Amino acid sequence: MKLLVAVKRVIDFNVKPRVKMDGSGVDLANVKMSMNPFDEIAVEEAIRLKEKGVATEIVAVSIGPAKAQETLRTALAMGADRAILVQTDEEVEPLAVAKILKGVVEEEQPGLVILGKQAIDDDSNQVGQMLAALLGWPQGTFASKVEVAGTDVDVTREVDGGLETVKLATPAIITTDLRLNEPRYASLPNIMKAKSKPLANKTPADFGVDTAPRLETLKVTEPPKRTAGVKVASVDELVAKLKTLGVVA
Amino acid sequence: MKTLVLVEHEGGAIKDATYATVTAAAELGEVHLLVAGSGVGAVADAAARIAGAGKVHVADGTHLEHQLAEDVAPIVAALMADHDAFLASSTTTGKNVAPRVAALLDVMQISDILSVEGGDTFTRPIYAGNAIATVRSKDGKKVITVRGTAFAKAAAEGGSGTVETVDAGVASGKASFVGAELSKSERPELTSAKVIVSGGRAFGSSEQFHALLDPLADKLGAGVGASRAAVDAGYAPNDYQVGQTGKIVAPEVYIAIGISGAIQHLAGMKDSKTIVAINKDEEAPIFQVADIGLVGDLFKIVPELTEKL
Repeated sequence: MKLLVAVKRVIDFNVKPRVKMDGSGVDLANVKMSMNPFDEIAVEEAIRLKEKGVATEIVAVSIGPAKAQETLRTALAMGADRAILVQTDEEVEPLAVAKILKGVVEEEQPGLVILGKQAIDDDSNQVGQMLAALLGWPQGTFASKVEVAGTDVDVTREVDGGLETVKLATPAIITTDLRLNEPRYASLPNIMKAKSKPLANKTPADFGVDTAPRLETLKVTEPPKRTAGVKVASVDELVAKLKTLGVVA
Repeated sequence: MKTLVLVEHEGGAIKDATYATVTAAAELGEVHLLVAGSGVGAVADAAARIAGAGKVHVADGTHLEHQLAEDVAPIVAALMADHDAFLASSTTTGKNVAPRVAALLDVMQISDILSVEGGDTFTRPIYAGNAIATVRSKDGKKVITVRGTAFAKAAAEGGSGTVETVDAGVASGKASFVGAELSKSERPELTSAKVIVSGGRAFGSSEQFHALLDPLADKLGAGVGASRAAVDAGYAPNDYQVGQTGKIVAPEVYIAIGISGAIQHLAGMKDSKTIVAINKDEEAPIFQVADIGLVGDLFKIVPELTEKL
């Protein structure tokens, strides 16, 4: 079975985002960028499925600027076999991303597409479900466990009430949650090796997808700030404060 | 504008998040609802009593028992021929179904809205809530998920909607429910709790997490939450997690114990009315957002606090 994993280059999760003064967005100039953490989990899961002998080939795809190549090289260094960059400097919304991925799926015919459940920049949490709808495939979102058995895949999902397991007929879509696995670090030899793995260049137009945005961002502002309050010195003082708040009688 | 709200229910009861979503929908226009499930007549009747409810569409079928997105999305998409906006709560159910509906309608979804600024304009958090974007949708129909803590809950009684049966469709045949392990707790649900006590990795083990936090929560009638670090370490199950990708909570009082305050955690709780932080590291970022801070050893403080409350 071939696996397709989608990865996005985003602001590093350790960086505190700063809103631009003019309200046009978040300042990404000279900010450390990394692979979206949920996508790292997706790549790791694909590699584990290959190590188990379930998967035969892993194709990593990213949609974004030329620099998204670095993100794909990271996926290759982790263990993906080849990569596809669908290059565009425009911001591509989840719906258009899903349409481009549909085009990639039609070319590559994977048995599973594994994606992060959300990107930590726009926090949309949409692409996997949209891709599933466009392809008419089943979806296992927010996965914390994936077990492939023949032509089915059992996906355990993190839901608000606990865990839920669904059985999907492949081909299927899986989106990853935090506890699916712990992604490996790429070793230096593998980073070197990744440089010679194939990376194909495409554009949204190759898939006939119009990426014109449907949402217009009118402004981006800072959220209301909380300020530090008081420090109390003892449990008694804390209890007294909680009493004035009416939390306890 | 005619809106359609997905009613979330479990065990015959409508979930709290749905009432907040109804409020958001009412800001857009007429509120119609969809109840999908198996044997959900009573749920539909309850939905019709929600203040402001118009028509309640009921899709009833055994294949809808677990409300799989593959089966629910086409029902919504068909009903959208007659509605202008579809709204679901930003819960794991809503987040599973809504984008699937959006793609079927060729609409770009607006996720996790915080406010309705107009018929096509909304605010939503991005970058773990470190920025708030005001976005205008150019799509003819809207597909929206709603952050429950950002809207007041519509009254459960007072409405007089009419119940109407719609085609429940057939099972996709591509996805089926295998089982669920749902946390059973007598404590209030995190997203609607008035008080939450939340623990971090500093508890050191699952035993200590529960031995210390459970009695405190019982005293306060509080829900129990956890940081990602505590959940990853296995101290608490996944449904306890508060944060950017876990649950978003906004209780009256949030008591963070042994939680340093990573931005991903703050994203899930910084709209709480009062934040109390207990941490041995006085430089911990949690103190920058806390209204009341107490620096010290949680293993001494928590039992003392429980006793003195």
